[in-house]
Amino acid sequence: MPPDHDLDDYVDPYDPGQRRAPDGGPGALRVGIGGPVGSGKTALVAALCRTLGEELDLVVVTNDIYTTEDADFLRRNAVLPDDRIEAVQTGCCPHTAIRDDITANLDAVELLEARHPGVQLVLVESGGDNLTASFSYGLVDVQVFVVDVAGGDKVPRKGGPGVTSADLLVVNKTDLAPFVGADLDVMRRDSDAVRGEKPTLLISLREDPAATDVAAWVRAQVRSRALQSA
Amino acid sequence: MSLTALLALADSRLPAGGHAHSGGVEQAISAGLVTDPVSLAGFLRRRVGTAGSVAAGLAAAACAVVGRAVGGGAVAAGAAVPPSVAAALADLDAEADARTPSPAQRAASRQQGRGLLRVGRRAWPHPAWDALPTQPHHAVALGVAAAAAGARPADAAAAAAYLSMSGPATAAQRLLALDPITVAAVTARLSPLVDEVAGAAARAAAGPFGGLDLLPASADPLLDLLAELHVSRKDRFFAS
Repeated sequence: MPPDHDLDDYVDPYDPGQRRAPDGGPGALRVGIGGPVGSGKTALVAALCRTLGEELDLVVVTNDIYTTEDADFLRRNAVLPDDRIEAVQTGCCPHTAIRDDITANLDAVELLEARHPGVQLVLVESGGDNLTASFSYGLVDVQVFVVDVAGGDKVPRKGGPGVTSADLLVVNKTDLAPFVGADLDVMRRDSDAVRGEKPTLLISLREDPAATDVAAWVRAQVRSRALQSA
Repeated sequence: MSLTALLALADSRLPAGGHAHSGGVEQAISAGLVTDPVSLAGFLRRRVGTAGSVAAGLAAAACAVVGRAVGGGAVAAGAAVPPSVAAALADLDAEADARTPSPAQRAASRQQGRGLLRVGRRAWPHPAWDALPTQPHHAVALGVAAAAAGARPADAAAAAAYLSMSGPATAAQRLLALDPITVAAVTARLSPLVDEVAGAAARAAAGPFGGLDLLPASADPLLDLLAELHVSRKDRFFAS
């Protein structure tokens, strides 16, 4: 296009990643956790709450498809106090709620941030979806996509925006590889091939309920946001 | 007057949170009241004539309040609205409360009003946004959005009446897996009614200011009851 129009006039200068907390600081890091049904999103959120809950001020938004099951799971397991979890309804469209119309999720995030001033980490768990699911960067600062070995070792090769573009890809349930005939080396190689420099972690939440590696990645992201100059 | 502004306000793609609200149809389906295109048409006709009519009147009145005070559309940077605008919008917000007996519906309306405020303020910057409460009723926010976007009170009424139909129509299509083309045809057949309701509401709102009691005030106890039953459920797809 010829550079003879001032295109900046059409673009709202607001940048979601540059938003400020009321105290003028950079505010909480918002992390989206998405992935297909049953891949272990809620288990990962619970693990992160257990591992990071002591050192970070954190809250969780869940996007259950139908019930408040995920929110209830987190409450039941006493991972977080009730007032640190909000569930949103997604109108039969879990995908719309995290990407196309993020209003309900923004409301929930802002409610939790207002209720807990100084919060450092907001985890937004999507409803179980498919390989095309991804979060809008108007809602989250970084996103984690969770797939599992039992879904077949072809998943990374199939790609989709979650697998190729998520800031972190987590391949869960590595302990099941021998039982489902999945080749972890193939999954690693295919992931690296489509993801370029972006990291992939192969984990088993059953063997490591603390999700040590994922927690370390999230910790580094929180630190990086906190260091953003004012 | 901007026709494009009206189209944008009535577009379900506008990210204001409407997609998570069923306008009561989720509970109507659970109660067995809506099961097919015919019963859906009955539900939509009833809703347009009550909730749609009320919303249309309030939206037109809110749009007129802003238009009279500062003019619609783009306003010079730094322009302010007189305090009377905030007071008039607060009055309309109270009228919306009074016309919405169900607490669940009031909450759903304010939730959607907040969503519209969020996107509207960025899409159509205007000093009138600051004259609204932080969680305004949706119809009042819609009237301000229409004024800010350069649309007329009659357009605000049309958008409100149309949305009272399009939201539940889409929700029913998803929940019952209805043929989307059939649902599109149902809403097309209902459009003369939508136009009529919007026109009547706009005329009522065009009366001398202060005549808030002239705005439509139709109630529907069945929809109120369904909304209250719905909000108490834990197994629901939609926020309302």
